[in-house]
Amino acid sequence: MYWSWEVAFDVLPQLAKGVVVTVQATIVASLLAYVLGLGIAILKMSKSKLVRIVLYWTTEFIRRTPILVQLYIVFYVLPDYGIFFEAFTCGVLVLGIHFSTYTAEVFRAGIDNVPKGQWEAAKSLNYNQYETWKNVILPQAIPPMIPPLANYLITMFKETPLLAAITVVELFRAADQYSNSHYKYLEPMTLVGVFFLIVSIPSAILAMKLEKRFKQRKI
Amino acid sequence: MKEVIAFYPILIDGTITTIILTVLSAILALAISFVVGLSRISKFKIVRVLAIIYLEFFRGSSALVQMFFIYFVLPMWGIYFDALTAGVIAIGCNLGAYGSEVVRGGVLAVGKEQHEASLALNYSPYKRYRHVIIPQAIPVMIPTFGNLLIELLKLTAVASLITISDLTFMAHIIRVQTALTLEPFLVILVIYFIIASVLVKIVDIIAKKFSRGRNIMIAGEN
Repeated sequence: MYWSWEVAFDVLPQLAKGVVVTVQATIVASLLAYVLGLGIAILKMSKSKLVRIVLYWTTEFIRRTPILVQLYIVFYVLPDYGIFFEAFTCGVLVLGIHFSTYTAEVFRAGIDNVPKGQWEAAKSLNYNQYETWKNVILPQAIPPMIPPLANYLITMFKETPLLAAITVVELFRAADQYSNSHYKYLEPMTLVGVFFLIVSIPSAILAMKLEKRFKQRKI
Repeated sequence: MKEVIAFYPILIDGTITTIILTVLSAILALAISFVVGLSRISKFKIVRVLAIIYLEFFRGSSALVQMFFIYFVLPMWGIYFDALTAGVIAIGCNLGAYGSEVVRGGVLAVGKEQHEASLALNYSPYKRYRHVIIPQAIPVMIPTFGNLLIELLKLTAVASLITISDLTFMAHIIRVQTALTLEPFLVILVIYFIIASVLVKIVDIIAKKFSRGRNIMIAGEN
């Protein structure tokens, strides 16, 4: 079987539509992962031991089980309870929640790395909790977190094809649909792979550069 | 729940398939990690470049795409794999790329003086790595390898999409047969969690064994 440019150009418009969905899913899911992750990280520092233990095992449970199965659960089970989400919403929710358990670790490490003296300084300035976080801790904690968070963005981008399993017509499913109706497998699947490489290799290089920049600043 | 329990034979089959898939791909991934990781620090530029191409290729394109490529596209060129082999190859190659970074990092973390000492002892490159560098690099690698092992286990669920009858696949069968949705998936989630937790424990034990008597930080202790 040989590569046919005709087929490649024929499938491109459908892939282009899929790309839009893939990018949308990546952006929304990553925003969700960042916001939730920060929330989890802050809650994990709670004084109540019960909260910490419950949170630890909940996040471990999410981290140790496959995204695909979590997608199925949300997609198939919620309608039974009268909650109807679009497949896209389900997918984004699951991706966001799953990776929030990873970003939470990044946030926790970042917050832990803020020297203790900064907390004390905030206290001596009579800042309340909100002001302490907003004016003292987060501005110092966030810059070193950017490279790992960027890496998770790339990871999430590469996980979006899983949404195809719950009928979201993103890039991968768009290619698969074309393959199944035209019996052409080589071109669509290759183009999808190439597209992922085109996006993720430069962004990986960019993330590496970010890492170097923030490391230098620290010293 | 009773209906789901009644399907226990296929759940056990699925669990066994998932474990086989995990073990085989982990072995492949580990081998690739060392080959590619050590190639990254080779003296020869061509070897380094090949290793980087491998790394970026498998890390850059999505695992699901790789799996479909191996299972659906390669047969068009006359290269046939059964589903399980295709899954093992895809998962192994994919995680092997991530693992190679762990090997490279671990080897580079071994102090320069160790390299010099083994040079001073007139060790050949093979002996240098076999007896001096790698034994010291392994304890550093184990915790990260442990994390990757969990990622690998999670990736095996994706293999159900290329018709491998693993746990996830079986859950679908039960869902279709019983019209239950929550229970079958919840049951396999718990099974996955148990397998993952056992793996975490095993990695912990191995990490302790390897770091015994060595003055090396274990992840999480700092």
